[in-house]
Amino acid sequence: MVDPQPASEQSPERRHPPRLEETEEGAVLFNVPFPSDLSQLKGMSPIIAKWPYQINYIHSYGQDSPFFAGLANKKLLGTRCSRCGTAYGTPRLRCMGCGGECDWFELPRRGRVHTWTTCYFSGEAYLDETPFHLILVEWENVATLFLSRLVGCESADISIGMQVEARFRRNSKFNVADVYFVRAPKQT
Amino acid sequence: MRPVYMVAGGVSKFAKARPTVTFQQMVAEAFDAALAQVPALTPEQIDGSVASYFSDHFQRQLMAGIMVQDYLGLCPKPSKRVEGGGATGGLCFQTAWEAVASGRMEVCVAYGFETMSRVNTWKGNEFIALASDVSFDFPLGGFYTGYYAMMVVRHMHEFGTTVEQLARVSVKNHRNACHNPYAQKRLRLTIEDVRAAPMVAYPLTLLDVCVMSDGAAACILASEEMAAKLTDAPVRITGVGTGTDTMRMADRPHGEVLLLPHESPADYKGLKYPGVHSFRAGRTAAIQAYKMAGVTNPPRELDFVELHDAYTSSEIQTYEDLGLCRYGEGGSFVESGKADLGGLVPVNPSGGLLACGHPVGATGLMQAVFAFWQLQGRIGTHFGDSTLQVPKARRGLIHSHAGTGTYITVTIMEAV
Ligand SMILES: [Zn+2]
Repeated sequence: MVDPQPASEQSPERRHPPRLEETEEGAVLFNVPFPSDLSQLKGMSPIIAKWPYQINYIHSYGQDSPFFAGLANKKLLGTRCSRCGTAYGTPRLRCMGCGGECDWFELPRRGRVHTWTTCYFSGEAYLDETPFHLILVEWENVATLFLSRLVGCESADISIGMQVEARFRRNSKFNVADVYFVRAPKQT
Repeated sequence: MRPVYMVAGGVSKFAKARPTVTFQQMVAEAFDAALAQVPALTPEQIDGSVASYFSDHFQRQLMAGIMVQDYLGLCPKPSKRVEGGGATGGLCFQTAWEAVASGRMEVCVAYGFETMSRVNTWKGNEFIALASDVSFDFPLGGFYTGYYAMMVVRHMHEFGTTVEQLARVSVKNHRNACHNPYAQKRLRLTIEDVRAAPMVAYPLTLLDVCVMSDGAAACILASEEMAAKLTDAPVRITGVGTGTDTMRMADRPHGEVLLLPHESPADYKGLKYPGVHSFRAGRTAAIQAYKMAGVTNPPRELDFVELHDAYTSSEIQTYEDLGLCRYGEGGSFVESGKADLGGLVPVNPSGGLLACGHPVGATGLMQAVFAFWQLQGRIGTHFGDSTLQVPKARRGLIHSHAGTGTYITVTIMEAV
């Protein structure tokens, strides 16, 4: 067909029909088969698209922040209830026994293995670090435990009750992995 | 509170991946299967619903519950979502029970689902580990199997539980599933097979750990009056209990064992409880449910148990919390065959989570459906094989469990 009107007399809409901009990103499927008989559509295979999903989350440690500041200063902090005296190996500012307010205190560097495991798999973010050891650390007269990594030994070397000692990352990442444990050196 | 009955239940087959349908359609399959059991039920008679799904990350959809509600044609009736990690299904069932028990509803539908195949297994593990403290737990590995491995290492230390006893749970549950067409994994295994499987987190191997699934389940609960109109084989919900514990496993302090009626303090001299080897929330839930149902000696008064065996170790820990045996005797309980079909208390005759799969929001409701069919004596009808039917099953227990024992529900159901 030949347009009967000269181009100069066409409306702007006819020269540039409105349409959504076509982009190069995201297209994953071309020439999708489609039956002429619509009753066949229920037998169609599912269309499966990959949707990237990434966010930056601004996490606040809130009232627990001093714990992470402590790790950056090579101090492992617990809390103790100002009302009933219960000591917590993982800090909490409110006592779960009596509801009292807790105060910060420095935990001993040395504790003992309450229980342990070696992980050969993990969440995706930590797969590169496998295998790694997890331990729960216990201290005398501290009511609760502390979850951490144990480094520098084999599974066969780990046992419940063994003494471990806290170490700190030099370059703090401001997460709970800034502290880790090693087998306590023999005391002289 | 007035009596509440389960009158129908349905399950979609659990599978590693169901890309051919959305979660709405998966729930519709389960819902339609339930509706088929109560042909007299009209849409107008359904007063409302409760939705169960665990993770907004797996669905990548907020308010997914309402999308199911509208797909099922239940708008504008009341509905809400309940959420409590792995126990979401159990909590949903109990919330539907509350709706009917309180008199707010005559008929309430509990439906649940999860689509876990939408991410790879290790990303899925990461999502699940977001249900541990992201400040103090997650950055150390983001891995729940690691947490459960630490619990069982302590259980082994306290009580002498062995890895072979753990494996025995896997053998039993996978074997049972061979007769359950709804199960995801139907395997005949030996203890050696379980121990020879790849180690995931010592001492738990790939066959000690449940798998991720896509699936849905639905239960219909009704008042006594409506139940009588709808079915000739209603199942009464006679006991409901719920317990909680600290999010962080590290925060479990030591105290005294919470005793069941058939136990005495002398049984547990010197035992520090719960520590990380036992689930105080499970014991708490059991105490409430037994009291309400009038159960005083659980191993003698329960005909079967469907419990949350996300790990073989947690099944053994749970025998003890439920009082099927004393604390410390869980390993020998399974080893002696007491949890087998035909044993003292068959546990997970369906195959449990280990073999059926664990599409989180559906799991607790799946247990209710299997228990319902057991108590109706209709396992043969639904499974096409009556091997798993517990003879003369009158009273069953279902148990749903979250986190490191963070939310736990126990519900007792009885034939009438
Ligand atoms: Zn206090």
